[in-house]
Amino acid sequence: MSITLSFPLLAQAFVSGTMLGGVFALIAIGLTLIWGVMGIINFAHGEFLMIGMYIAYFLAAKTGLDPYLTILVTVPALFLIGAGIFRANIQPVLKDPVMNQILLTVGLMLVLQNLTLVLFTATPMSIDNPYNRTTFNVGPVVIPLSNLLGLVGSLVGVAILWWFLQYTDMGRAIRAASQNRDAATLMGIDVRRTYLVAFGIGSACVGLAASLMIPFYYVSPLVGSFLGLVAFVVVVLGGMGNVLGALVGGLVIGLSETMGAAILPGSLSRVLTFAIFILVLLFRPQGIFRRSQT
Amino acid sequence: MRKSVLQGRRFIGFALLFLLLTLLPLVLSRLPKGKYYLHIIILVLLYAYLSTAWNILGGYAGQHSLGNGLYLGVGAYVSTVLFLKLGLTPWIGMWIAGAAAALLGWFVGYVCFRYGLKGGYFALVTIALAEAAVYLTTNIRWVGGAMGLEVTWLGHRPLLMQFEGKTGYYYIILVMAALSILYTAWLDRRRFGYYLVAVRENDRAADALGVDPLKIKTQANVISAFMTGLGGTFFAQYFTYIHPRLVFGEGPSVQILLFAIIGGLGTVWGPSVGALILVPVAEFTRAQLSGSFAGASLLLYGAVLMLVMLFMPRGILGVVKNVSQKFGQRGKPTTSELSGQGGG
Repeated sequence: MSITLSFPLLAQAFVSGTMLGGVFALIAIGLTLIWGVMGIINFAHGEFLMIGMYIAYFLAAKTGLDPYLTILVTVPALFLIGAGIFRANIQPVLKDPVMNQILLTVGLMLVLQNLTLVLFTATPMSIDNPYNRTTFNVGPVVIPLSNLLGLVGSLVGVAILWWFLQYTDMGRAIRAASQNRDAATLMGIDVRRTYLVAFGIGSACVGLAASLMIPFYYVSPLVGSFLGLVAFVVVVLGGMGNVLGALVGGLVIGLSETMGAAILPGSLSRVLTFAIFILVLLFRPQGIFRRSQT
Repeated sequence: MRKSVLQGRRFIGFALLFLLLTLLPLVLSRLPKGKYYLHIIILVLLYAYLSTAWNILGGYAGQHSLGNGLYLGVGAYVSTVLFLKLGLTPWIGMWIAGAAAALLGWFVGYVCFRYGLKGGYFALVTIALAEAAVYLTTNIRWVGGAMGLEVTWLGHRPLLMQFEGKTGYYYIILVMAALSILYTAWLDRRRFGYYLVAVRENDRAADALGVDPLKIKTQANVISAFMTGLGGTFFAQYFTYIHPRLVFGEGPSVQILLFAIIGGLGTVWGPSVGALILVPVAEFTRAQLSGSFAGASLLLYGAVLMLVMLFMPRGILGVVKNVSQKFGQRGKPTTSELSGQGGG
């Protein structure tokens, strides 16, 4: 195990981690929205991302569409998929014990993972595109345009979502339903419809993330398995339901992934990510920003 | 005036079933595809055993671990490393493997329950631990890295837990499964079992009545991890090959809990019933798909898990119990009758 540290390597890892962290944050915000609003811990969230990535991949690879234009398809498609799955599978178990809901989404995860395994095999696929070939040099650091656009796109997505939740009627209804379901119902809010929309938007977030990632990330049936877990780490770090917390959490995990990979041999940086996760779950389950409830 | 589980009609029925099952290889050896059927029955028994072990913490104490592959993997790796590096027979190695898994189970249980993790948070920590174990073992070349370890075949050596054919393995896992079911049956009508259910139903009330939830849940995890660790050794010996994802990964972790949930949480026979119904279906499905596609069984398991959660969250035995309760019960109540809802 030879460990070589150099400034350019660390600087590169820092910049890459920041950009990856932006996309992680976007994925996690979709998860935290669903978790915070209706208390559903969606274990299939990473698989939704995987579906979005396959849609983006096939559109870009087969029709030659610009990978960033696939956003016009992936975002609405994932909204509809999310809303449909909510209607068929999640809504019936909303009042069931938490573990039953979790197991249901675990079942969904297995179905989606293995169905894509049947359809597309386990071979990872990626597209060759100009965005990944165009790079900027800032000192010793090389920045691919695709990574930069991923970060910018994620930040724009988060800003739009934040604006939506703060200033639109539907956004206010979603926040009201997450604070107190019964009170929201008494105020005339259709909580069912609100949940449906929230689940759809949470899924649409990974649709956007999928299109932003496909220029520089591979897609395979198991890609969601790891990225889904990463989303959980980010959510717990930032505090459940906390949009800005997820941004910081995404950054932390993005950095731990790339800086860890620069410092530690092999894929041991993943162990670092999970270690952070376990420690936060144990000692700060309310997130690193919120004070303890008691 | 305690009536032991080891007396009475219940035990006689159990003993008869066990005797019949010991004769099974003799019958199967006369059938054309006997060896294949015996393989499926070994898988049924293995998963019934692992799921019964999970059920002690997951079903009775209500703490759902989604990462019991951690203990399966520790059990598999410890005995295999001891065998390959020191030549220690797995018959001794399995107890060291079980002890290592139990120690880890104590640590995980104590730390998680000490900090009050439950429900989804406990599930997430257990997944994260198992995933961390995948990446950790992948990066340790001494234990084979991503390639894993192969249990060297030295011929028919019963003293090294290596058998020609499948019959030897069948008897080992039959005894293990039978003992795990006997233990659960004993637990089901004993003080410790009642404590587990009390903690599951309302841990604050249990605490107020003098049952220490931390101690009880940790003990349950130690027992569960120990049994799973022993199962890990059998897993390695039977399949003769292990790699990080195969034992620590999502697949085994989900399968371990699946059968208990489908069969009936917190019941003696639930995990076995679940495994008996689902494992053969999954295996035949896989055979029909020409064996090339490994995801077929997981696809089926995922779909069944969704259906069970949507339409019968108490599992098969939960439904059976509902019906049988209408006809009245005699004798001491079982733990699952004491609570309104079996599980959750």
